Amino acid sequence: MNVTIVDYQSGNISSVINSFTEVAKGNFNLEVTSDIKKIKTSDKIVLPGQGSFKSCVDSLNSINGLIDTLKESAMTNKKPLLGICVGLQMFADIGYEEEETKGLGWIPGKVFKIDNQNGKFKLPHIGWNEIELQKQSKIFKDIKNKSHMYFVHSYEFIPKDKSVISATTDYSSKIVCAVEKDNLFGTQFHPEKSDKNGLKIIDNFLRL
Amino acid sequence: MLKNRIIPCLDVKNGRVVKGINFVELKDAGDPVEQAKIYSDGGADEICFLDITASNENRDTIIDIVRKTAKECFVPLTVGGGVRTIQNITDLLLAGADKVSINTAAVQNIDFVKEASKKFGSQCIVVAIDAKKVSENKWEVFTHGGRNKTGINAVEFAKKVEFNGAGEILLTSMDKDGTKSGYDVDLLKAISKSTNIPIIASGGVGTLDHLYDGIVKGGASAVLAASIFHYGEFTIKDTKEYLKSKNIPVRLHNA
Repeated sequence: MNVTIVDYQSGNISSVINSFTEVAKGNFNLEVTSDIKKIKTSDKIVLPGQGSFKSCVDSLNSINGLIDTLKESAMTNKKPLLGICVGLQMFADIGYEEEETKGLGWIPGKVFKIDNQNGKFKLPHIGWNEIELQKQSKIFKDIKNKSHMYFVHSYEFIPKDKSVISATTDYSSKIVCAVEKDNLFGTQFHPEKSDKNGLKIIDNFLRL
Repeated sequence: MLKNRIIPCLDVKNGRVVKGINFVELKDAGDPVEQAKIYSDGGADEICFLDITASNENRDTIIDIVRKTAKECFVPLTVGGGVRTIQNITDLLLAGADKVSINTAAVQNIDFVKEASKKFGSQCIVVAIDAKKVSENKWEVFTHGGRNKTGINAVEFAKKVEFNGAGEILLTSMDKDGTKSGYDVDLLKAISKSTNIPIIASGGVGTLDHLYDGIVKGGASAVLAASIFHYGEFTIKDTKEYLKSKNIPVRLHNA
């Protein structure tokens, strides 16, 4: 089984690499690359993302053929793909961080700044928060409702079709923090930094 | 509900933990990697390393420690001490740090905070502010581990670092640091009220009630402490159970 962590210079992915390496324990072949040939032959894809929506989309665009290759793997060949943080947000049609920016358009919806109720809630939303499971999701196998996950973000993905939402978290309102649509999985929180619960989610994804 | 974070801090000098420790299970009391692992296994919400190595030639040791720790601890790891250049940040992040804490360099050049948060994202830029009380409800920023006076008002500086992209502020009271008499709650309150980013309280913790005060009276989102954990007075688990009993939202072990 070949798993690719897409390295498109989107900031710090060391923790993603460390956690997947820990869980894979040599049972899965992990590649960290932006080489589109390798991504094409990969069975599963992890799309991390740090920094702004715009900077991540710009970085994806700066690598020739990368977006088309990801689209082919995820949307045509239906290979399991896990987006983390901005990696999830980029599934949307449009994001509004820095300036209006076109996303990948894989799950209809938009990415807005969290409504912090005029400063009542501090942003970024940083720290451990409970997730409320909204539907059965394959990556949440054996994850208890209200498990804690580590978050750090100021923007949230609001999908058009609410049935893709697999978990929410409470911060000023019910924020979408995980989605599942067919072979597409996304978490707004960081499983790679969420201790044993997070490692379990990574394990579930690798075993899909 | 978002939980208040409990952050143990390890002071590291030339690759060794500086403050004494008496964990019986430790094979090597001065090994920061082993110590970090114990905190992480005990339910620490985050681990903080403060590199107090004086000479530049020993700076690589912290990189090596971060690299080893990041392979074993799967909670956020913050590293501070001597972060002055974009290259310093790149090196720490590549080694596996999730956030870096910038202190003196932020005071000397606020554009460095701006550049760093633009390049790496606000989520990994913490600005550490060391403040001393100069008169009633007035605090001044100090640098170089509290040795150098700057004349800068701490509250104004906190607003400035927020404006320039800092994701969090690690706020240390130089009057309280090392005294075990509690945080400077007025300082915490002044800064948490004037900013909209999370404040990490630091300096002066001697009892668990001090942590409670930092959160409830000071408005801190997270509380950092060193010696109460190092000397084994309290475990992370004891700390969280105590705070929970006083209705502070915390993440209990493995929950």
